[in-house]
Amino acid sequence: MLKTFKTGGVHPPENKISANAKIEQLPLPKTVFIPVAQHIGAPATPVVNKGDAVKVGQLIAKSSSFVSTNIHAPVSGKVKKVDVAPDSTGYTKQGIFIDVEGDEWMEEIDRSEILVKTTGLDGKAIIQKIQDAGIVGLGGATFPTHVKLVPPMGMTAKILLINGVECEPYLTSDHRLMLEKPDEILVGTQLLMKAMNVEKAAIGIENNKPDAIQLLTGKAKDYKGIEIVALKVKYPQGGEKQLIKAVTGREVPSGGLPIAVGAVVSNVGTAFAVYEAIAKNKPLFERVVTVTGKGVKRPSNFKVRIGTPTSELIEAAGGLPENTGKIISGGPMMGKALASVDVPVTKGTSGILLIEEKIANRPEYLDCIRCSRCVSVCPMGLEPYLLMTLGEKQIFDRAEQERVMDCIECGSCSYTCPSNRPLLDYIRFGKAKVGAIIRLRKK
Amino acid sequence: MTITIILTIAILSIIGTTSAVILFFVAKKFYVYEDPRIDSVEQALPGANCGGCGYAGCRAFADTCVKAADLSGLNCPVGGNETMGKVADILGLVAEKKEPRTAFIRCNGTCDHRPKTSNYDGVSTCAIAASVYSGETDCQWGCLGYGDCFDVCEFDAIDLRAGLGVPLIIDDKCVACGKCVDACPKNLIELRKRFPKDRKIVVACRNKDKGATARKACDVACIGCGKCEKECNYDAITIENNLAFIDSDKCKLCRKCVSVCPTNSIIELNFPPRKIVTEEKEVCNTEK
Repeated sequence: MLKTFKTGGVHPPENKISANAKIEQLPLPKTVFIPVAQHIGAPATPVVNKGDAVKVGQLIAKSSSFVSTNIHAPVSGKVKKVDVAPDSTGYTKQGIFIDVEGDEWMEEIDRSEILVKTTGLDGKAIIQKIQDAGIVGLGGATFPTHVKLVPPMGMTAKILLINGVECEPYLTSDHRLMLEKPDEILVGTQLLMKAMNVEKAAIGIENNKPDAIQLLTGKAKDYKGIEIVALKVKYPQGGEKQLIKAVTGREVPSGGLPIAVGAVVSNVGTAFAVYEAIAKNKPLFERVVTVTGKGVKRPSNFKVRIGTPTSELIEAAGGLPENTGKIISGGPMMGKALASVDVPVTKGTSGILLIEEKIANRPEYLDCIRCSRCVSVCPMGLEPYLLMTLGEKQIFDRAEQERVMDCIECGSCSYTCPSNRPLLDYIRFGKAKVGAIIRLRKK
Repeated sequence: MTITIILTIAILSIIGTTSAVILFFVAKKFYVYEDPRIDSVEQALPGANCGGCGYAGCRAFADTCVKAADLSGLNCPVGGNETMGKVADILGLVAEKKEPRTAFIRCNGTCDHRPKTSNYDGVSTCAIAASVYSGETDCQWGCLGYGDCFDVCEFDAIDLRAGLGVPLIIDDKCVACGKCVDACPKNLIELRKRFPKDRKIVVACRNKDKGATARKACDVACIGCGKCEKECNYDAITIENNLAFIDSDKCKLCRKCVSVCPTNSIIELNFPPRKIVTEEKEVCNTEK
């Protein structure tokens, strides 16, 4: 029997229509906008000024604290300005505009495709290099990777989990990466193991990607300590805590980090980025983005430079279909609708999804019928109907008692609700408020 | 039959009498002395329980007043000076004189001024909408129009003006309790001095973007040009972050700034009409 997590979960239609599209390099855009806050933590501080010439891979914004990260130029050209522009939420954020001129890379970046299997660096040096390369979790949460690799005092990591689950419907960027760069991912995994000083690693892949499982299982024999685990197709299998539960059988305690059970989870995209940073000296400035949707002419997986406007990706995939109702950054379950197509691709953009109008809009919601479907699908064992009411009535102390902070915002409750109630909207609101209260209390 | 009725009455009477006796002694034993002035102060208060004074309802406020050594810092915004005078008389203290205030909404981005550029289809509350994105127009500062202020107002002092997208304060009902100020996630509502006849001159904009960006998003955005600042004879207007601000303590309601504002972002309310009457614009349709 395939491994999976026990509590809750749903199975939305997979719709992986771009699964067979090979990763293509997207043509360079004319200008890029690189927000300085595209990761969790403090925004980076720009180190370039208007008029400066930059090369691909050059540091343009410096990490400003421990939980923060460097940002590198994804293109070569001239810095047009350091100014504000709207990000995916519509609020303006600071960032760097670069006018693209040519494609001149920094000399130290190795652009060949030759696989480099070994490194002379020790664990500490690897972590330092990961930090310098500006690597963040590419699964979508964009948490700086170097922070994860240093366990807090008194805790030791025992196992590294690489997340190749990609449980979000439609998205195929991780799937394609596993098919096209299996060795790189495995080397990256080994580098991460070395950095953390662990003996064991497991790559979790959902069973709807048999080709990737087969390919990686074959290759993993050459790499010591790496196991490939096929997992049952169930959303949100790719959630950090769900993956740990499925692979190791252990449960992360409420409010705790995965390290509390000796696990560290990284995405396959992150493992690949780590490989590139260590073996090829290449900082993180491009990533694989799926452009998909039922009406899209050419559903594709593109290798995109950070900062490329979303409109260029849509253009490259055959243009915006007439009947598009929503443009979503990310997958249909956890992604966010974009207010404008000028929004750039950031380190956390895993996909651009174009949803047709007839299913894009949310129907009017009705009263709760107490069917408790939300309770049975919640992968964290929460009571979403109750948390929603507490958010609606703004009873935040009770919401905290009901573990609102444990919510992983997977959206299974909203997805399954027969009354179309906006459960997650209110829970997220409650979570934000409770989070603010907790931070205030700690001060 | 008769016996049953008599028995029932007798038993119930006995239970009743015994309980009454017990309750009498319990009430005596556990009697809590409460200052009778709390009741009379509470009587003098408006009884709206709005929380505008900063305490949990009128009773809590009355309790605080009675216990306080002097009434400085204690003010019932709903009752105003008159009520506080009465409270002071009861307690034999002196009440501070407070200038009456009223709420101002610093946005005039109704849907004919501010074109819609995206469509929000989540929950219709400002708090949630503001936490996920900046709004349906290109102005990230302006009113969202879902009416969180309307929902919290207990005095019916906010008119949502369904269809216009920006609410209006009904001045004769507003008591400046400040609930709407806290409810607005964009911080558009402010409490300021109430002028005679509820006249208001206000920069109805909070857009801190550069002039060109602000103007593109909204017809009536403040572009921070500084004309009003130069025109004002009383130093009441200051410009900061591309945005003008009128200090209501210094403003003399001369209305000169209103006529020089190139984008009409300074609005006058409750003034007698000027000679040149502007044309009424058609009301456009958007739902709450």
